[in-house]
Amino acid sequence: MQFSESWLRTFVNPALSSAELAHLLTMAGLEVEAMEAAAPAFTGVVVAEIVSVAAHPDADRLRVCQVDAGDGAIRQIVCGAPNATAGLKAPCALPDAVLPGDFKIKVAKVRGVESFGMLCSARELGISEDAAGLMALPVDAPTGQSIRDYLDLDDCLHTLKLTPNRADCLSLVGIAREVAALTGASLTLPQIPEVAFTAPQTRAVRLQARVACPRYCGRIVSGVDAKAPTPEWMRRRLLRSGLRSVSALVDITNYVMLTLGQPLHAFDNARLSGDIHVRMARTDEKLLLLNGQEITLTDDILVIADAADAQAMAGVMGGEKSAITLETTEVFLESAFFAPAAIVGRARRHNFSSDASHRYERGVDWRNCANALEYASALIMDICGGAAGRVTDAVAEEHLPKRPVVRLRPPRLAKILGTPFRAAEITEFLTRLALPFTRESTDFLVTPPSYRFDIEIEEDLIEEIARVHGYENLPAPEPKGQLAMLPQPESRRALARLRQQIADRGFQEVINYAFVPEEQERDFAANATPVRLANPIASQLAVLRSSLLGGLIDNLVTNLKRKQSRVRLFELGRSFAYAGDGYQQPWRLAILAYGAQLPEGWGRETRKVDFFDLKGDVESLFAPAELSFVCSEHPALHPGRAASIQLAGQTVGYIGELHPQWVQKYELPAAPVVCELELEALTSRTLPVYTEVSRFQPAIRDLAVLVDQALPLGDILRGMKQHAPEQVCDIQLFDLYQGKGIPKGRKSLAFRIVMQDTQRTLSDADIDLAVAGITAYLERHFQARLRT
Amino acid sequence: MQNLDSIVHAAKAAFAATFDPDALEQAKARYLGKSGRITVLLKELGKLTAEEKRKTGAAINQAKAAVETALAERREAIKQAELSARLADEALDVTLPGRSEAQGSLHPVTRTLERIERLFASIGFAVADGPEIETDFYNFTALNTPEDHPARSMHDTFYLLDKHGKLAEKVLLRTHTSPIQARYMQAHMAKYAGQETMPEIRIIAPGRVYRVDSDATHSPMFHQVEGLWVGENVSFADLKGVIADFLRRFFETDDLEVRFRPSFFPFTEPSAEIDVAFMRGTQKGRWLEIAGCGMVHPNVLKHAGIDPEKYTGFAFGFGPDRLAMLRYGVNDLRLFFEGDLRFLRQFA
Repeated sequence: MQFSESWLRTFVNPALSSAELAHLLTMAGLEVEAMEAAAPAFTGVVVAEIVSVAAHPDADRLRVCQVDAGDGAIRQIVCGAPNATAGLKAPCALPDAVLPGDFKIKVAKVRGVESFGMLCSARELGISEDAAGLMALPVDAPTGQSIRDYLDLDDCLHTLKLTPNRADCLSLVGIAREVAALTGASLTLPQIPEVAFTAPQTRAVRLQARVACPRYCGRIVSGVDAKAPTPEWMRRRLLRSGLRSVSALVDITNYVMLTLGQPLHAFDNARLSGDIHVRMARTDEKLLLLNGQEITLTDDILVIADAADAQAMAGVMGGEKSAITLETTEVFLESAFFAPAAIVGRARRHNFSSDASHRYERGVDWRNCANALEYASALIMDICGGAAGRVTDAVAEEHLPKRPVVRLRPPRLAKILGTPFRAAEITEFLTRLALPFTRESTDFLVTPPSYRFDIEIEEDLIEEIARVHGYENLPAPEPKGQLAMLPQPESRRALARLRQQIADRGFQEVINYAFVPEEQERDFAANATPVRLANPIASQLAVLRSSLLGGLIDNLVTNLKRKQSRVRLFELGRSFAYAGDGYQQPWRLAILAYGAQLPEGWGRETRKVDFFDLKGDVESLFAPAELSFVCSEHPALHPGRAASIQLAGQTVGYIGELHPQWVQKYELPAAPVVCELELEALTSRTLPVYTEVSRFQPAIRDLAVLVDQALPLGDILRGMKQHAPEQVCDIQLFDLYQGKGIPKGRKSLAFRIVMQDTQRTLSDADIDLAVAGITAYLERHFQARLRT
Repeated sequence: MQNLDSIVHAAKAAFAATFDPDALEQAKARYLGKSGRITVLLKELGKLTAEEKRKTGAAINQAKAAVETALAERREAIKQAELSARLADEALDVTLPGRSEAQGSLHPVTRTLERIERLFASIGFAVADGPEIETDFYNFTALNTPEDHPARSMHDTFYLLDKHGKLAEKVLLRTHTSPIQARYMQAHMAKYAGQETMPEIRIIAPGRVYRVDSDATHSPMFHQVEGLWVGENVSFADLKGVIADFLRRFFETDDLEVRFRPSFFPFTEPSAEIDVAFMRGTQKGRWLEIAGCGMVHPNVLKHAGIDPEKYTGFAFGFGPDRLAMLRYGVNDLRLFFEGDLRFLRQFA
């Protein structure tokens, strides 16, 4: 909502500068988000009249004007404007004037003729872009008056960012009321005389949707001249409120709306037939709106109809068919109260909004309908002539909004705001806010006025008190609360710590959108039914990710383009999928490694990062829990270089090299290694349980065997551990060898076996027995052959 | 014994002329070896009388001791010289880069969120989490924003399709972290149902939120941190105190002004916007909108089963992306979500 400060000051005129006024409003919850001068700064320009015009002796395009600038003498000014004619009134910059752009006016010779000032166009004064000629002023403009005063150019335009609860401030009178409450300055409301009705025409109004429209005032004004010009002062106020001047009738309805906050609609009465019906639209009824849009109505849209069909979308926009034109001679003026619930969302459904719907959605003062109608009639008769008919005022009293009494208890006020208020202060604040109240014991019983739609409960009044008192004047003590320790579950790993651990292993955290291209879901998760948005921001961001992998591949592509050759990324986030009739959205961790295993450097060899590097990272994130990796296929991964990750028999993620197919499709120079893990598995952990530490020396034996090349080590190691005697406390693979000296199709595995007993030192016989047992197991189950 | 003196002198000179242990040993042999000059003199003592033997012998032994001392000194000198040479040889160019592993880092927004979590944890705020696919009930209705409330148009909401491709009933991407308030209060009440009084609720809830909005200052996905404190005597003044304290701690400066101005949110009453202005730096003196807050609306407490007469509370919602931008001087929100390593590495 934009308003002109000088217009506001006709209603309330506090002793505040423009900046102070803006600050006051902002700090009271009516945020002034922009302030703009009506015109740029300039000095020394007055209203002047061209007395006579003569040709310039040496220039075809220039004229020599004799000008009366109101200072008792006639001055000569050379001027090039095509509209410089005798009798024209125009702004004149006198010598020593300074125009916008720091342009100083001096007495000068123009092509040999002396010129004592400059006649100005609107653009030269920074008022508009119009540079076609001199700015023509009305003939009654007082010669000699400062143009700034004459055109009210010292005005300041404020733009309010109003919150939806303050519909009462969507008008000049509303803002003025607020300023009066905040400053205590007196409020002068516009004087609205009741117009005598002299014309016989009336139109009956039938309230058929009484809940949606509990009050409808209408009146015919006949014999109007729709072509009459809008007066300059009204045009200026509209313009400074951000509204274009259209025609006198339209301008008047807008002007009344801006002044009082009551939207009005003017129908061309000649195009209406029969009574006015305020009713719900019929399904599939059509209406061509003033904005040229033809809409198909539904039965929850309130319309204003005549005997034949819908003429307007009530409270939103009028219809083209009964719109007023410059030929209109009879108007039917509407000033109604539509219930917010009947208007809200209706315009948005058709992708537009209007000044009327904006107000009706938030609440309009139903006690002001007739008043606004009178004001508009008076202005119409003033400007366009004509005669007013009798007002039809249809009211469904029982459906008008109620204003139940709201009780304000001073102790509750103190409890909520954290500071007490005296009864005298409360009285003063309520009085300034024009909130009528009575007392009951120490309580205040407030009856909110009809224009306030935001005072329903005690807290609403508490906010009003706080606002007028000033939020900045409330105390801000150091917080005091119950001391209670926060739980620190030791079986959960803090997310922050996990993140730091991943970062410490060289990975950079990224945050990607949850929306991804559908293609990524197909490629990396073989997901044909991703969770779909109803209203995506773009077609390539239409589905929610079930895997975080696509985002990391995108990041890789972006960074490779930016000449990063070694990329390590991770992201923690939710993943989304349909589950039954609902959704599941578990947290996941995805990691990507690409490029050299180590950063480039002097004096060391590096190689490409591979499966086992990332596997090592994953193992260390889960440590001390032990994972098993099971060869398995995944749509994103190379089938021979992929594994599912299992923890205590549960699959908790996958790891592998990106499938060559996607490497090619996403134009990657080489395959990254990736993994994706369920976060829940990573953050839960078991409490350590003590086992006795042996005081005896451990015995260590190495054992090397040849096995079939295709046998997974994991199976062998797991079997060995399961079948080893209990003194064996650790078995590690310390060498894997294939090639020279090893038969084709076989591989050599070397294990280090650590044995220990908590009760005694193991004898050689014990040790040999244990190793022999393990060897026999390997021979039996894996056809292993001992290497000697 | 002029002769002895010259021998000692010659030996010292011979030793001094050697620069490695082998040469020194050879020189030593010439004086102290089996046929060395001192050894020869000692052997010849046998030919002398007892009186001469005693006298000459003492002189020779003295000379021998002098030669041995010279030898030892020279040995030590050579050893030192060799050590110095080896050390010089082994010297490193200490300016060569170290062979460290690469270090990753956290996202600047994560870094900011963790900072916020720690600051609030220090006054007893626990961290809560909630779903991002949220129901209309928790996102709006439980927060006193019934259907067709004009405040709903303040949020441009992403809606979802169900698995049959139809508009999903009452399901959306959360537009703010406030639903966590409602969920947490409900759970809290369920936990302490039947007790005379419930313990205070003090939580913050960071997370990703979604709105249909995309330009230089808006991202369709961004972050919020919700805060909630409900207890028997929690007031608007406490809200002001906590926020002012938090902002000064977060930005680590007292050169900061905080102001609260009335605003509107359906789920708080009274409501406020929080602005900060820095007293120095590039943003000096400008009021920057940084959070919304207010006293929890009685209807929201009632929805959760909390008696608003007995308990009051405040809630606030910060934009951590904005806080991170101010803290680190980032000028474009979109940088946070582009995954550009050159940008992200700056926050190591």
